[in-house]
Amino acid sequence: MGDMDRLRWRCRRGLLELDIVLTRFLDGPYEALSSVQRDTFSALLTLADNDLWDLVAGRNDAQTAPEQEIVERLRQA
Amino acid sequence: MALPTRKFDAVVVGAGGAGMRAALQLAEAGLKVGVLSKVFPTRSHTVAAQGGIGASLGNMGEDSWLWHMYDTIKGSDYLGDQDAIEFMCRMAPEVVYELEHFGMPFDRNENGTVYQRPFGGHSRDFGAGPVQRSVCAADRTGHAMLHTLYQRNVRANTVFFVEWMALDLIRDASGQVLGVTAMEMETGEVWIFHARATLFATGGAGRIFSASTNAFINTGDGLGMAARAGIPLEDMEFWQFHPTGVAGAGVLITEGVRGEGGYLLNKNGERFMERYAPTMKDLASRDVVSRAMATEIKEGRGCGKEADHILLKLDHLGVDVVEKRLPGIREIAKKFANVDPVKDPIPVVPTCHYQMGGIPTNYHGEVVVPTPGNVSTVVQGFYAAGECACASVHGANRLGTNSLTDLLVFGKASGNRVIEYLKENPGHKDLPADAGEVSRARLARLDGQTKGESVFEVGAEMRRTMQAHCGVFRFPDMLTEGVARIEEVTERVKRTEIQDKSKTFNTARIEALELDNLIEVARSTMICAEARKESRGAHDRADYPKRDDESWLKHSLWYAADNHLEYKPVVLKPLTAQSFEPKVRSY
Ligand SMILES: Cc1cc2nc3c(=O)[nH]c(=O)nc-3n(C[C@H](O)[C@H](O)[C@H](O)COP(=O)(O)OP(=O)(O)OC[C@H]3O[C@@H](n4cnc5c(N)ncnc54)[C@H](O)[C@@H]3O)c2cc1C
Repeated sequence: MGDMDRLRWRCRRGLLELDIVLTRFLDGPYEALSSVQRDTFSALLTLADNDLWDLVAGRNDAQTAPEQEIVERLRQA
Repeated sequence: MALPTRKFDAVVVGAGGAGMRAALQLAEAGLKVGVLSKVFPTRSHTVAAQGGIGASLGNMGEDSWLWHMYDTIKGSDYLGDQDAIEFMCRMAPEVVYELEHFGMPFDRNENGTVYQRPFGGHSRDFGAGPVQRSVCAADRTGHAMLHTLYQRNVRANTVFFVEWMALDLIRDASGQVLGVTAMEMETGEVWIFHARATLFATGGAGRIFSASTNAFINTGDGLGMAARAGIPLEDMEFWQFHPTGVAGAGVLITEGVRGEGGYLLNKNGERFMERYAPTMKDLASRDVVSRAMATEIKEGRGCGKEADHILLKLDHLGVDVVEKRLPGIREIAKKFANVDPVKDPIPVVPTCHYQMGGIPTNYHGEVVVPTPGNVSTVVQGFYAAGECACASVHGANRLGTNSLTDLLVFGKASGNRVIEYLKENPGHKDLPADAGEVSRARLARLDGQTKGESVFEVGAEMRRTMQAHCGVFRFPDMLTEGVARIEEVTERVKRTEIQDKSKTFNTARIEALELDNLIEVARSTMICAEARKESRGAHDRADYPKRDDESWLKHSLWYAADNHLEYKPVVLKPLTAQSFEPKVRSY
């Protein structure tokens, strides 16, 4: 449980927008990710709230292709 | 076995704007400061603040702290304490310029001065017309403020305990506060933080309602801890509902939208705020706008199939203004309301946004409680600042941008007071023999519970009850029933059960502990609201539509142990200014 719970807690953010989107994602599409993709998702969670929200909202794109792939999925969530 | 203990001069619980401003003051004075936070500091809810910080810099035209004070008192519907309000409005420019010097990237005018935007409820010359008083960093004011304060704290050697959850206050037999117990999420271990001074800056508790702009972490932990330790909670009936949360999601559409020229429409396409507030129109204070919206909906002029929301129109501003001045709004509307606001209006409803009440303090941030012969006796060693505190500068309603002002002013002031107190009171007082016992018992109860209640279900029931019985418009029968219902929910909270008993990052346990705090906030809100037989600021009763200064110009104090209420007078005497006598409010 520990790792998944740690992840779930790190989806608790200062922005309600991210709480909603990240929880939707964790409860759905996350399951189908490969372990590499899961690591990429964890890395994205270390971003500042507004920077992460800019990615999710489509105001910015991620630095790398693997990150962008996860971002695209977050945008659908 | 005694719990492991860490010692600090001062422990600050909460690393949002208020906690970090206070910690900075303490650390820069050379004190040993520990700051606890459930999440990484810059992920505190302050990050959500977009609109700005209110301060009468006068960069966009004449302004004065006295006008700011007048607006704040009027906005508070005369329930704010005028000594604290004067203190805040006078200090505001100073703390803003300090923040600028700390490196805060404020928006600027062409002449290099800090730009100030207009905001609801702020006026020049005692209500003569709108004034531009809000300083901002694009739509990232809170974010920039947290990052600026965090960097500065790191430089000053503040010690952060990140992903630690404070559980209970430690008081000795004399009532003095000696620190907190806290759980490290990573290990599930409980520690005692033994402090000479303890400062709460745990933020608001907006998650007691189903429609809320607040992030999930806003569970009122400081209020729950204080209430369980015998400290009353003040003015808990007053909750600001933001007029424009996205219908169904809660996500906020900033008031800046109306500041920049957006306006509200009913189903007939009427700009109805012209009827309710002829001068300020869509820029009237939040309670005026929320009530107007609720009235439109109640009288059948709401929009949509269910006639249950209002439309916020901004397409006339043009793509350029929307993108430049209101950059986040377009994406939010698309994602949570499924509309593009440069083409179509956004469906919105009044949504719980801000808690005016909290832990009672004076304007030095000292926690104060009534004792025989003194309505405001200082609790030794205990301080509170920010949204969890009630100073009370917001009274029955807060003006937009005054919360960030509150964080900076009272964060700093409480820090200064702690410094003075520690000079006069050297050394740690001994912990009581049973320190930490309360927390251990709570955790043992939770772990040992069988045939118990689901945290999720009981929490949902609490939120539904608060929303239906104690929302933006309050009806007597609903309140009476609400009191009974919330007591039932309280009984269920005592029997919550978690399936997962693991130690590492057990979010189920954390959420159960949060619910223990939320329920104290919900109870206090319902009881205070039922008892207050008038309408004032954000407390709006159908059966008592008017403010009643004769009976109700007073603060409520709610005690958790037996649900009883006491009242204390509003401070009508400012520090130096003339008192603003209660007047009928119109905008
Ligand atoms: C969407 C939105 C926009 C807003 N915009 C504005 C604006 O433009 N201007 C304005 O003036 N106000 C605004 N407000 C209000 C303002 O942002 C908040 O009132 C303010 O940020 C609260 O700051 P705080 O420091 O009191 O608490 P928070 O920033 O909420 O921080 C609370 C801290 O306490 C910690 N904490 C809580 N419980 C525990 C515990 N048990 N153990 C350890 N740590 C704990 C948290 O981890 C966090 O670090 C807005 C509010 C919202 C919701």
